[in-house]
Amino acid sequence: MASASGLSDGTVAVRGNRRPVARYGLRFVALGYLLVLLAAPVAMVFYRAFQHGLGPIWSALTTSEARSAIEVTLIVAISAVVLNTLFGVGTALLLVRRRFPGRHFLDVLVDLPQAVSPIVVGLALILVYGKFGFFGSWIERNGLKIIFSLPGMVLATAFVSLPLVVRSVAPVLAELGDEQEQAARTLGASSWQTFRRITLPSIRDALAYGVVLSLARSLGEYGAVTVVSGHVIGKTLTLTLFIDERLQNFDQPAAYSAAVLLAIIAMGSLLISRRFRTRSRSVA
Amino acid sequence: MGLGLVTLYLSFLILIPLGAVVWKSQSDGWSAGWHQVTSPEAAAALKLTLAISAGVALFNLVMGTIIAWVLVRDEFAGKGIVELFIDLPFALPTIVAGVVLLSLYGPRSPAHVDIAFTRTAITVALLFVTLPFVVRTVQPVLLELDRDMEAAAASLGASPFLIARRIILPNLVPAMLTGTGLAFARAIGEFGSVSLLSGNLPFHTEVSAVNIYNQIQSDNPVGAAAQSTVLLVIAFVVLFALDRLKRWGVHRG
Repeated sequence: MASASGLSDGTVAVRGNRRPVARYGLRFVALGYLLVLLAAPVAMVFYRAFQHGLGPIWSALTTSEARSAIEVTLIVAISAVVLNTLFGVGTALLLVRRRFPGRHFLDVLVDLPQAVSPIVVGLALILVYGKFGFFGSWIERNGLKIIFSLPGMVLATAFVSLPLVVRSVAPVLAELGDEQEQAARTLGASSWQTFRRITLPSIRDALAYGVVLSLARSLGEYGAVTVVSGHVIGKTLTLTLFIDERLQNFDQPAAYSAAVLLAIIAMGSLLISRRFRTRSRSVA
Repeated sequence: MGLGLVTLYLSFLILIPLGAVVWKSQSDGWSAGWHQVTSPEAAAALKLTLAISAGVALFNLVMGTIIAWVLVRDEFAGKGIVELFIDLPFALPTIVAGVVLLSLYGPRSPAHVDIAFTRTAITVALLFVTLPFVVRTVQPVLLELDRDMEAAAASLGASPFLIARRIILPNLVPAMLTGTGLAFARAIGEFGSVSLLSGNLPFHTEVSAVNIYNQIQSDNPVGAAAQSTVLLVIAFVVLFALDRLKRWGVHRG
Protein backbone atom coordinates (compact mmCIF):
# COMPACT_ATOMS: atom_id res chain seq x y z
CA MET A 1 0.00 0.00 0.00
CA ALA A 2 2.87 2.32 0.87
CA SER A 3 4.55 1.79 -2.48
CA ALA A 4 1.25 2.26 -4.31
CA SER A 5 0.57 5.61 -2.74
CA GLY A 6 4.15 6.69 -3.35
CA LEU A 7 3.81 5.89 -7.01
CA SER A 8 0.49 7.58 -7.43
CA ASP A 9 1.63 10.75 -5.67
CA GLY A 10 4.32 10.96 -8.33
CA THR A 11 1.85 10.52 -11.17
CA VAL A 12 -0.52 13.10 -9.80
CA ALA A 13 2.28 15.62 -9.60
CA VAL A 14 3.38 14.84 -13.15
CA ARG A 15 -0.13 14.97 -14.52
CA GLY A 16 -0.92 18.06 -12.52
CA ASN A 17 2.03 19.87 -14.03
CA ARG A 18 1.36 18.66 -17.52
CA ARG A 19 -2.37 19.35 -17.52
CA PRO A 20 -3.05 22.31 -15.25
CA VAL A 21 -5.81 23.45 -17.60
CA ALA A 22 -7.83 20.27 -17.15
CA ARG A 23 -7.29 20.28 -13.40
CA TYR A 24 -8.21 23.91 -12.82
CA GLY A 25 -11.04 23.57 -15.32
CA LEU A 26 -12.66 20.73 -13.39
CA ARG A 27 -12.12 22.52 -10.09
CA PHE A 28 -13.70 25.66 -11.51
CA VAL A 29 -16.72 23.76 -12.84
CA ALA A 30 -17.29 21.80 -9.62
CA LEU A 31 -16.88 24.72 -7.23
CA GLY A 32 -18.75 27.14 -9.49
CA TYR A 33 -21.71 24.77 -9.63
CA LEU A 34 -21.72 24.30 -5.84
CA LEU A 35 -21.50 28.06 -5.36
CA VAL A 36 -24.46 28.88 -7.61
CA LEU A 37 -26.67 25.98 -6.54
CA LEU A 38 -25.83 25.55 -2.86
CA ALA A 39 -23.58 28.11 -1.16
CA ALA A 40 -24.99 31.37 -2.54
CA PRO A 41 -28.68 30.56 -1.90
CA VAL A 42 -27.95 29.31 1.64
CA ALA A 43 -25.86 32.39 2.37
CA MET A 44 -28.65 34.59 0.99
CA VAL A 45 -31.30 33.15 3.29
CA PHE A 46 -29.01 33.74 6.28
CA TYR A 47 -28.37 37.29 5.12
CA ARG A 48 -32.11 37.95 4.69
CA ALA A 49 -32.86 36.55 8.14
CA PHE A 50 -30.07 38.33 9.98
CA GLN A 51 -29.91 41.63 8.05
CA HIS A 52 -31.69 43.55 10.82
CA GLY A 53 -29.91 41.72 13.64
CA LEU A 54 -31.10 39.11 16.05
CA GLY A 55 -34.04 41.09 17.42
CA PRO A 56 -36.54 40.48 14.59
CA ILE A 57 -35.69 36.77 14.50
CA TRP A 58 -36.21 36.47 18.20
CA SER A 59 -39.57 38.21 18.10
CA ALA A 60 -40.67 36.21 15.04
CA LEU A 61 -39.86 32.94 16.77
CA THR A 62 -41.43 33.81 20.12
CA THR A 63 -44.95 34.66 18.95
CA SER A 64 -47.46 32.24 20.43
CA GLU A 65 -48.00 30.68 16.99
CA ALA A 66 -44.27 30.08 16.48
CA ARG A 67 -43.78 28.77 20.00
CA SER A 68 -46.59 26.29 19.54
CA ALA A 69 -45.09 25.23 16.17
CA ILE A 70 -41.75 24.57 17.86
CA GLU A 71 -43.49 22.60 20.59
CA VAL A 72 -45.53 20.49 18.14
CA THR A 73 -42.40 19.86 16.05
CA LEU A 74 -40.50 18.61 19.10
CA ILE A 75 -43.34 16.36 20.28
CA VAL A 76 -43.81 14.78 16.85
CA ALA A 77 -40.10 14.40 16.08
CA ILE A 78 -39.15 12.96 19.46
CA SER A 79 -42.04 10.47 19.42
CA ALA A 80 -41.07 9.32 15.93
CA VAL A 81 -37.41 9.01 16.91
CA VAL A 82 -38.26 6.95 20.01
CA LEU A 83 -40.39 4.59 17.90
CA ASN A 84 -37.71 4.30 15.26
CA THR A 85 -34.94 3.73 17.77
CA LEU A 86 -36.76 0.90 19.54
CA PHE A 87 -38.01 -0.81 16.40
CA GLY A 88 -34.91 0.13 14.39
CA VAL A 89 -32.55 -1.67 16.76
CA GLY A 90 -34.99 -4.59 16.95
CA THR A 91 -35.22 -4.82 13.18
CA ALA A 92 -31.46 -4.56 12.73
CA LEU A 93 -30.91 -7.37 15.27
CA LEU A 94 -33.43 -9.59 13.48
CA LEU A 95 -31.94 -8.91 10.06
CA VAL A 96 -28.37 -9.57 11.13
CA ARG A 97 -28.68 -12.20 13.85
CA ARG A 98 -31.62 -14.38 12.86
CA ARG A 99 -32.53 -16.54 9.89
CA PHE A 100 -36.24 -16.82 9.22
CA PRO A 101 -38.54 -17.15 6.22
CA GLY A 102 -39.24 -13.72 4.73
CA ARG A 103 -36.00 -12.19 5.94
CA HIS A 104 -35.11 -10.85 2.50
CA PHE A 105 -38.62 -9.39 2.23
CA LEU A 106 -38.13 -7.58 5.56
CA ASP A 107 -34.81 -6.27 4.29
CA VAL A 108 -36.47 -4.78 1.21
CA LEU A 109 -39.40 -3.45 3.26
CA VAL A 110 -37.06 -1.39 5.44
CA ASP A 111 -35.70 0.46 2.38
CA LEU A 112 -39.11 1.15 0.86
CA PRO A 113 -39.78 4.50 2.59
CA GLN A 114 -36.82 6.05 0.76
CA ALA A 115 -38.47 5.35 -2.58
CA VAL A 116 -41.92 6.61 -1.65
CA SER A 117 -42.91 10.22 -2.24
CA PRO A 118 -43.80 11.97 1.05
CA ILE A 119 -47.18 12.87 -0.41
CA VAL A 120 -47.89 9.19 -1.11
CA VAL A 121 -46.94 8.41 2.51
CA GLY A 122 -49.55 10.88 3.71
CA LEU A 123 -52.19 9.52 1.35
CA ALA A 124 -51.41 5.93 2.39
CA LEU A 125 -51.95 6.77 6.06
CA ILE A 126 -55.21 8.60 5.33
CA LEU A 127 -56.53 5.60 3.40
CA VAL A 128 -55.95 3.36 6.42
CA TYR A 129 -56.43 5.56 9.49
CA GLY A 130 -58.59 8.38 8.09
CA LYS A 131 -62.32 8.80 8.68
CA PHE A 132 -63.22 6.71 5.63
CA GLY A 133 -60.16 4.47 5.84
CA PHE A 134 -59.85 0.73 6.61
CA PHE A 135 -59.76 1.23 10.35
CA GLY A 136 -61.60 4.57 10.28
CA SER A 137 -64.89 3.46 11.79
CA TRP A 138 -63.16 1.37 14.48
CA ILE A 139 -60.95 4.33 15.41
CA GLU A 140 -63.92 6.69 15.54
CA ARG A 141 -66.01 4.30 17.59
CA ASN A 142 -63.27 4.16 20.18
CA GLY A 143 -63.15 7.93 20.38
CA LEU A 144 -59.67 8.18 18.87
CA LYS A 145 -58.37 10.56 16.28
CA ILE A 146 -55.28 9.78 14.24
CA ILE A 147 -55.46 11.68 10.96
CA PHE A 148 -55.53 15.52 11.25
CA SER A 149 -54.07 15.08 14.70
CA LEU A 150 -50.72 14.39 16.38
CA PRO A 151 -50.71 10.55 16.18
CA GLY A 152 -51.05 10.68 12.40
CA MET A 153 -48.20 13.19 12.17
CA VAL A 154 -46.04 10.91 14.31
CA LEU A 155 -46.85 7.95 12.04
CA ALA A 156 -46.02 9.98 8.92
CA THR A 157 -42.71 11.11 10.41
CA ALA A 158 -41.82 7.61 11.63
CA PHE A 159 -42.59 6.24 8.16
CA VAL A 160 -40.20 8.54 6.30
CA SER A 161 -37.35 8.22 8.81
CA LEU A 162 -37.68 4.47 9.35
CA PRO A 163 -34.58 3.24 7.45
CA LEU A 164 -32.08 5.57 9.12
CA VAL A 165 -31.54 3.78 12.46
CA VAL A 166 -31.72 0.30 10.92
CA ARG A 167 -29.21 1.13 8.20
CA SER A 168 -26.74 2.75 10.61
CA VAL A 169 -26.83 -0.08 13.15
CA ALA A 170 -27.09 -3.19 10.92
CA PRO A 171 -23.63 -3.03 9.26
CA VAL A 172 -21.89 -2.55 12.62
CA LEU A 173 -23.79 -5.51 14.10
CA ALA A 174 -22.80 -7.65 11.12
CA GLU A 175 -19.17 -6.64 11.47
CA LEU A 176 -19.09 -7.35 15.22
CA GLY A 177 -20.20 -10.95 14.90
CA ASP A 178 -21.94 -12.71 17.75
CA GLU A 179 -19.12 -14.54 19.56
CA GLN A 180 -19.24 -12.22 22.57
CA GLU A 181 -23.02 -12.44 22.76
CA GLN A 182 -22.87 -16.21 22.64
CA ALA A 183 -20.19 -16.25 25.32
CA ALA A 184 -22.40 -14.12 27.56
CA ARG A 185 -25.31 -16.50 26.94
CA THR A 186 -23.29 -19.59 27.87
CA LEU A 187 -22.24 -17.82 31.07
CA GLY A 188 -25.91 -17.55 31.96
CA ALA A 189 -26.80 -13.98 30.97
CA SER A 190 -30.41 -13.37 29.99
CA SER A 191 -31.08 -11.95 26.54
CA TRP A 192 -31.82 -8.51 28.01
CA GLN A 193 -28.56 -8.61 30.03
CA THR A 194 -26.65 -9.65 26.92
CA PHE A 195 -28.17 -6.83 24.94
CA ARG A 196 -27.56 -4.18 27.58
CA ARG A 197 -24.05 -5.21 28.63
CA ILE A 198 -22.57 -6.58 25.39
CA THR A 199 -24.48 -5.49 22.28
CA LEU A 200 -25.55 -1.96 23.21
CA PRO A 201 -22.08 -0.68 24.22
CA SER A 202 -20.57 -1.85 20.93
CA ILE A 203 -23.24 -0.29 18.71
CA ARG A 204 -23.46 2.91 20.75
CA ASP A 205 -21.81 5.23 18.21
CA ALA A 206 -23.61 3.73 15.24
CA LEU A 207 -26.90 4.06 17.10
CA ALA A 208 -26.14 7.67 18.00
CA TYR A 209 -25.39 8.33 14.33
CA GLY A 210 -28.73 6.83 13.29
CA VAL A 211 -30.63 8.73 15.99
CA VAL A 212 -29.12 12.08 14.97
CA LEU A 213 -29.95 11.45 11.31
CA SER A 214 -33.46 10.41 12.15
CA LEU A 215 -34.02 13.35 14.48
CA ALA A 216 -32.83 15.78 11.79
CA ARG A 217 -35.10 14.13 9.22
CA SER A 218 -38.04 14.15 11.64
CA LEU A 219 -37.69 17.80 12.61
CA GLY A 220 -37.74 18.80 8.95
CA GLU A 221 -40.39 16.53 7.45
CA TYR A 222 -42.89 18.50 5.42
CA GLY A 223 -44.67 16.62 2.62
CA ALA A 224 -45.99 13.63 4.55
CA VAL A 225 -46.94 15.76 7.54
CA THR A 226 -48.73 18.42 5.51
CA VAL A 227 -51.15 15.78 4.16
CA VAL A 228 -52.13 14.37 7.56
CA SER A 229 -51.89 17.47 9.76
CA GLY A 230 -55.05 19.40 8.92
CA HIS A 231 -53.11 22.65 9.53
CA VAL A 232 -54.80 23.74 12.73
CA ILE A 233 -52.82 26.77 13.88
CA GLY A 234 -51.63 26.33 17.45
CA LYS A 235 -52.48 22.62 17.40
CA THR A 236 -51.09 20.67 14.44
CA LEU A 237 -48.73 23.16 12.80
CA THR A 238 -45.09 22.06 12.82
CA LEU A 239 -42.21 24.43 12.02
CA THR A 240 -42.09 23.39 8.37
CA LEU A 241 -45.85 23.93 8.03
CA PHE A 242 -45.46 27.23 9.87
CA ILE A 243 -42.97 28.38 7.20
CA ASP A 244 -45.47 27.57 4.48
CA GLU A 245 -48.32 29.24 6.33
CA ARG A 246 -46.30 32.42 6.98
CA LEU A 247 -45.20 32.61 3.31
CA GLN A 248 -48.81 32.40 2.20
CA ASN A 249 -49.57 35.32 4.49
CA PHE A 250 -46.66 37.29 3.00
CA ASP A 251 -44.88 37.30 6.35
CA GLN A 252 -41.41 36.77 4.86
CA PRO A 253 -39.43 37.67 8.01
CA ALA A 254 -41.14 34.97 10.11
CA ALA A 255 -40.73 32.41 7.32
CA TYR A 256 -37.05 33.25 6.92
CA SER A 257 -36.49 33.12 10.68
CA ALA A 258 -38.01 29.64 10.97
CA ALA A 259 -36.12 28.50 7.86
CA VAL A 260 -32.84 29.69 9.31
CA LEU A 261 -33.59 27.96 12.61
CA LEU A 262 -34.15 24.67 10.78
CA ALA A 263 -31.08 25.25 8.59
CA ILE A 264 -28.91 25.74 11.68
CA ILE A 265 -30.31 22.52 13.17
CA ALA A 266 -29.55 20.73 9.88
CA MET A 267 -25.96 21.99 9.84
CA GLY A 268 -25.48 21.06 13.47
CA SER A 269 -26.81 17.56 12.89
CA LEU A 270 -24.42 17.25 9.93
CA LEU A 271 -21.46 18.09 12.16
CA ILE A 272 -22.54 15.85 15.04
CA SER A 273 -23.47 12.88 12.84
CA ARG A 274 -20.13 13.12 11.05
CA ARG A 275 -18.35 12.66 14.39
CA PHE A 276 -20.43 9.65 15.41
CA ARG A 277 -19.99 8.06 12.00
CA THR A 278 -16.20 8.28 12.08
CA ARG A 279 -16.18 6.87 15.60
CA SER A 280 -18.55 4.02 14.81
CA ARG A 281 -16.42 3.11 11.77
CA SER A 282 -13.19 3.10 13.75
CA VAL A 283 -14.75 0.76 16.31
CA ALA A 284 -15.96 -1.65 13.64
CA MET B 1 -41.58 -12.43 20.12
CA GLY B 2 -39.29 -9.72 18.77
CA LEU B 3 -40.01 -10.85 15.25
CA GLY B 4 -43.74 -10.66 15.86
CA LEU B 5 -43.55 -7.11 17.25
CA VAL B 6 -41.36 -5.83 14.42
CA THR B 7 -43.58 -7.45 11.81
CA LEU B 8 -46.66 -5.96 13.42
CA TYR B 9 -45.10 -2.48 13.57
CA LEU B 10 -43.89 -2.52 9.97
CA SER B 11 -47.21 -3.92 8.76
CA PHE B 12 -49.28 -1.21 10.37
CA LEU B 13 -46.83 1.58 9.54
CA ILE B 14 -45.80 0.69 5.99
CA LEU B 15 -47.21 -2.44 4.44
CA ILE B 16 -50.94 -2.00 5.03
CA PRO B 17 -50.92 1.74 4.15
CA LEU B 18 -49.00 1.20 0.90
CA GLY B 19 -51.23 -1.76 0.09
CA ALA B 20 -54.23 0.50 0.69
CA VAL B 21 -52.95 2.95 -1.94
CA VAL B 22 -52.73 0.23 -4.58
CA TRP B 23 -56.08 -1.22 -3.51
CA LYS B 24 -57.79 2.18 -3.59
CA SER B 25 -56.49 2.94 -7.08
CA GLN B 26 -58.60 0.10 -8.49
CA SER B 27 -61.55 0.29 -6.08
CA ASP B 28 -63.75 1.57 -8.92
CA GLY B 29 -62.25 -0.99 -11.29
CA TRP B 30 -58.89 -1.02 -13.04
CA SER B 31 -60.18 0.90 -16.06
CA ALA B 32 -61.46 3.70 -13.82
CA GLY B 33 -58.05 3.91 -12.17
CA TRP B 34 -56.36 3.98 -15.55
CA HIS B 35 -58.80 6.65 -16.68
CA GLN B 36 -57.73 8.80 -13.69
CA VAL B 37 -54.04 8.42 -14.51
CA THR B 38 -54.55 9.28 -18.16
CA SER B 39 -56.81 12.27 -17.54
CA PRO B 40 -55.21 15.27 -19.29
CA GLU B 41 -54.05 17.05 -16.13
CA ALA B 42 -52.66 13.96 -14.40
CA ALA B 43 -50.94 12.73 -17.57
CA ALA B 44 -49.38 16.16 -18.16
CA ALA B 45 -48.09 16.23 -14.58
CA LEU B 46 -46.63 12.74 -14.89
CA LYS B 47 -44.95 13.50 -18.21
CA LEU B 48 -43.45 16.70 -16.83
CA THR B 49 -42.23 14.92 -13.69
CA LEU B 50 -40.57 12.09 -15.60
CA ALA B 51 -38.97 14.36 -18.19
CA ILE B 52 -37.48 16.84 -15.71
CA SER B 53 -36.42 14.07 -13.30
CA ALA B 54 -34.62 12.21 -16.10
CA GLY B 55 -32.85 15.39 -17.17
CA VAL B 56 -31.91 16.21 -13.59
CA ALA B 57 -30.62 12.67 -12.99
CA LEU B 58 -28.46 12.80 -16.13
CA PHE B 59 -27.10 16.22 -15.23
CA ASN B 60 -26.26 14.83 -11.78
CA LEU B 61 -24.44 11.95 -13.46
CA VAL B 62 -22.01 14.42 -15.04
CA MET B 63 -21.74 17.05 -12.30
CA GLY B 64 -21.72 14.54 -9.45
CA THR B 65 -18.84 12.63 -11.02
CA ILE B 66 -16.89 15.84 -11.60
CA ILE B 67 -17.46 16.97 -7.99
CA ALA B 68 -16.45 13.56 -6.62
CA TRP B 69 -13.33 13.66 -8.79
CA VAL B 70 -12.37 17.12 -7.56
CA LEU B 71 -12.99 16.12 -3.92
CA VAL B 72 -10.79 13.01 -4.21
CA ARG B 73 -8.01 13.95 -6.63
CA ASP B 74 -7.66 17.72 -6.29
CA GLU B 75 -6.25 19.72 -3.38
CA PHE B 76 -7.32 23.26 -2.57
CA ALA B 77 -7.94 25.49 0.40
CA GLY B 78 -11.35 24.93 2.00
CA LYS B 79 -11.82 21.41 0.65
CA GLY B 80 -12.85 20.19 4.11
CA ILE B 81 -15.73 22.66 4.22
CA VAL B 82 -16.93 21.68 0.74
CA GLU B 83 -16.67 18.03 1.78
CA LEU B 84 -18.84 18.68 4.84
CA PHE B 85 -21.51 20.82 3.26
CA ILE B 86 -22.00 18.73 0.17
CA ASP B 87 -24.47 16.70 2.29
CA LEU B 88 -26.47 19.78 3.29
CA PRO B 89 -29.25 19.12 0.74
CA PHE B 90 -29.90 15.79 2.50
CA ALA B 91 -30.00 17.39 5.94
CA LEU B 92 -32.00 20.47 4.98
CA PRO B 93 -35.81 20.15 5.18
CA THR B 94 -37.22 20.33 1.66
CA ILE B 95 -39.38 23.37 2.40
CA VAL B 96 -36.27 25.15 3.69
CA ALA B 97 -34.51 24.20 0.45
CA GLY B 98 -37.42 25.91 -1.32
CA VAL B 99 -37.13 29.05 0.83
CA VAL B 100 -33.35 29.11 0.31
CA LEU B 101 -33.66 28.98 -3.49
CA LEU B 102 -36.55 31.45 -3.47
CA SER B 103 -34.47 33.97 -1.54
CA LEU B 104 -31.83 34.16 -4.27
CA TYR B 105 -33.72 33.15 -7.41
CA GLY B 106 -37.22 34.36 -6.56
CA PRO B 107 -39.22 37.53 -7.26
CA ARG B 108 -37.07 39.63 -4.90
CA SER B 109 -33.80 38.26 -6.24
CA PRO B 110 -30.87 40.57 -5.55
CA ALA B 111 -29.14 39.00 -8.57
CA HIS B 112 -32.17 39.88 -10.74
CA VAL B 113 -32.65 36.24 -11.66
CA ASP B 114 -36.30 35.43 -11.11
CA ILE B 115 -37.13 31.87 -12.05
CA ALA B 116 -40.12 31.42 -9.73
CA PHE B 117 -43.16 29.68 -11.23
CA THR B 118 -41.28 28.31 -14.25
CA ARG B 119 -40.12 24.85 -15.27
CA THR B 120 -36.58 26.07 -14.71
CA ALA B 121 -37.49 26.49 -11.05
CA ILE B 122 -38.58 22.85 -10.84
CA THR B 123 -35.28 21.79 -12.42
CA VAL B 124 -33.20 23.90 -10.04
CA ALA B 125 -35.12 22.64 -6.98
CA LEU B 126 -34.65 19.02 -8.03
CA LEU B 127 -30.95 19.60 -8.77
CA PHE B 128 -30.59 21.03 -5.27
CA VAL B 129 -32.26 18.19 -3.37
CA THR B 130 -30.54 15.41 -5.39
CA LEU B 131 -27.06 16.96 -5.43
CA PRO B 132 -25.29 14.53 -3.03
CA PHE B 133 -26.46 11.20 -4.56
CA VAL B 134 -23.90 10.71 -7.34
CA VAL B 135 -21.12 12.45 -5.40
CA ARG B 136 -21.58 10.13 -2.42
CA THR B 137 -21.79 6.92 -4.46
CA VAL B 138 -18.83 7.71 -6.75
CA GLN B 139 -16.49 9.19 -4.14
CA PRO B 140 -15.76 5.98 -2.15
CA VAL B 141 -15.11 4.00 -5.34
CA LEU B 142 -12.74 6.67 -6.58
CA LEU B 143 -10.90 6.61 -3.25
CA GLU B 144 -10.42 2.84 -3.45
CA LEU B 145 -9.34 2.88 -7.07
CA ASP B 146 -5.90 1.37 -7.63
CA ARG B 147 -3.71 4.11 -9.04
CA ASP B 148 -1.02 1.73 -10.21
CA MET B 149 -3.15 0.95 -13.25
CA GLU B 150 -3.21 4.62 -14.20
CA ALA B 151 0.53 4.93 -13.60
CA ALA B 152 1.16 1.86 -15.78
CA ALA B 153 -1.01 3.25 -18.57
CA ALA B 154 0.73 6.61 -18.35
CA SER B 155 4.17 5.01 -18.50
CA LEU B 156 3.06 3.19 -21.63
CA GLY B 157 2.28 6.56 -23.18
CA ALA B 158 -1.50 6.82 -22.71
CA SER B 159 -2.81 10.37 -22.66
CA PRO B 160 -4.76 11.54 -19.57
CA PHE B 161 -7.92 11.54 -21.66
CA LEU B 162 -7.34 7.94 -22.73
CA ILE B 163 -6.65 6.91 -19.14
CA ALA B 164 -9.84 8.58 -17.96
CA ARG B 165 -11.90 6.92 -20.68
CA ARG B 166 -10.42 3.42 -20.67
CA ILE B 167 -9.33 2.89 -17.06
CA ILE B 168 -11.06 5.23 -14.63
CA LEU B 169 -14.55 5.53 -16.12
CA PRO B 170 -15.24 1.78 -16.54
CA ASN B 171 -14.50 1.30 -12.86
CA LEU B 172 -16.85 4.10 -11.86
CA VAL B 173 -19.81 3.18 -14.06
CA PRO B 174 -21.73 0.99 -11.54
CA ALA B 175 -21.43 3.66 -8.83
CA MET B 176 -22.36 6.44 -11.26
CA LEU B 177 -25.47 4.56 -12.38
CA THR B 178 -26.47 3.80 -8.78
CA GLY B 179 -26.25 7.47 -7.82
CA THR B 180 -28.16 8.50 -10.92
CA GLY B 181 -30.92 5.96 -10.24
CA LEU B 182 -31.29 7.07 -6.63
CA ALA B 183 -31.43 10.71 -7.72
CA PHE B 184 -34.13 9.88 -10.25
CA ALA B 185 -36.21 7.95 -7.71
CA ARG B 186 -35.93 10.86 -5.29
CA ALA B 187 -36.75 13.46 -7.95
CA ILE B 188 -40.03 11.91 -9.12
CA GLY B 189 -41.44 12.03 -5.57
CA GLU B 190 -40.15 15.43 -4.48
CA PHE B 191 -42.78 17.77 -3.07
CA GLY B 192 -41.69 20.45 -0.58
CA SER B 193 -39.10 22.39 -2.53
CA VAL B 194 -40.95 22.10 -5.84
CA SER B 195 -44.37 23.09 -4.52
CA LEU B 196 -42.93 26.29 -3.14
CA LEU B 197 -40.99 27.31 -6.26
CA SER B 198 -43.03 26.06 -9.17
CA GLY B 199 -46.32 27.89 -8.69
CA ASN B 200 -48.11 24.60 -9.47
CA LEU B 201 -49.88 25.72 -12.64
CA PRO B 202 -51.74 22.74 -14.14
CA PHE B 203 -50.33 21.64 -17.53
CA HIS B 204 -47.34 23.91 -17.08
CA THR B 205 -45.52 23.58 -13.75
CA GLU B 206 -47.56 21.02 -11.84
CA VAL B 207 -45.55 17.89 -10.98
CA SER B 208 -47.06 14.54 -9.99
CA ALA B 209 -46.57 14.90 -6.23
CA VAL B 210 -48.35 18.28 -6.30
CA ASN B 211 -51.08 16.85 -8.52
CA ILE B 212 -51.63 14.03 -6.01
CA TYR B 213 -51.76 16.57 -3.17
CA ASN B 214 -54.37 18.63 -5.03
CA GLN B 215 -56.46 15.53 -5.70
CA ILE B 216 -56.37 14.65 -1.98
CA GLN B 217 -57.47 18.19 -1.14
CA SER B 218 -60.29 18.13 -3.70
CA ASP B 219 -61.47 14.81 -2.31
CA ASN B 220 -60.60 12.52 -5.20
CA PRO B 221 -58.84 9.68 -3.36
CA VAL B 222 -59.14 7.27 -6.30
CA GLY B 223 -57.34 9.65 -8.64
CA ALA B 224 -54.70 10.41 -6.02
CA ALA B 225 -54.19 6.71 -5.32
CA ALA B 226 -53.99 5.83 -9.03
CA GLN B 227 -51.32 8.43 -9.71
CA SER B 228 -49.49 7.40 -6.51
CA THR B 229 -49.50 3.78 -7.67
CA VAL B 230 -47.78 4.81 -10.89
CA LEU B 231 -45.08 6.66 -8.93
CA LEU B 232 -44.67 3.67 -6.59
CA VAL B 233 -44.28 1.25 -9.49
CA ILE B 234 -41.67 3.43 -11.20
CA ALA B 235 -39.69 3.86 -7.98
CA PHE B 236 -39.77 0.09 -7.29
CA VAL B 237 -38.59 -0.71 -10.81
CA VAL B 238 -35.66 1.69 -10.35
CA LEU B 239 -34.78 0.21 -6.94
CA PHE B 240 -35.04 -3.32 -8.31
CA ALA B 241 -32.76 -2.45 -11.21
CA LEU B 242 -30.24 -0.89 -8.79
CA ASP B 243 -30.32 -4.03 -6.65
CA ARG B 244 -29.55 -6.08 -9.76
CA LEU B 245 -26.79 -3.65 -10.68
CA LYS B 246 -25.24 -4.04 -7.24
CA ARG B 247 -25.20 -7.83 -7.50
CA TRP B 248 -23.76 -7.59 -11.00
CA GLY B 249 -21.01 -5.26 -9.74
CA VAL B 250 -20.19 -7.57 -6.82
CA HIS B 251 -20.25 -10.58 -9.11
CA ARG B 252 -17.97 -8.91 -11.63
CA GLY B 253 -15.55 -7.42 -9.15
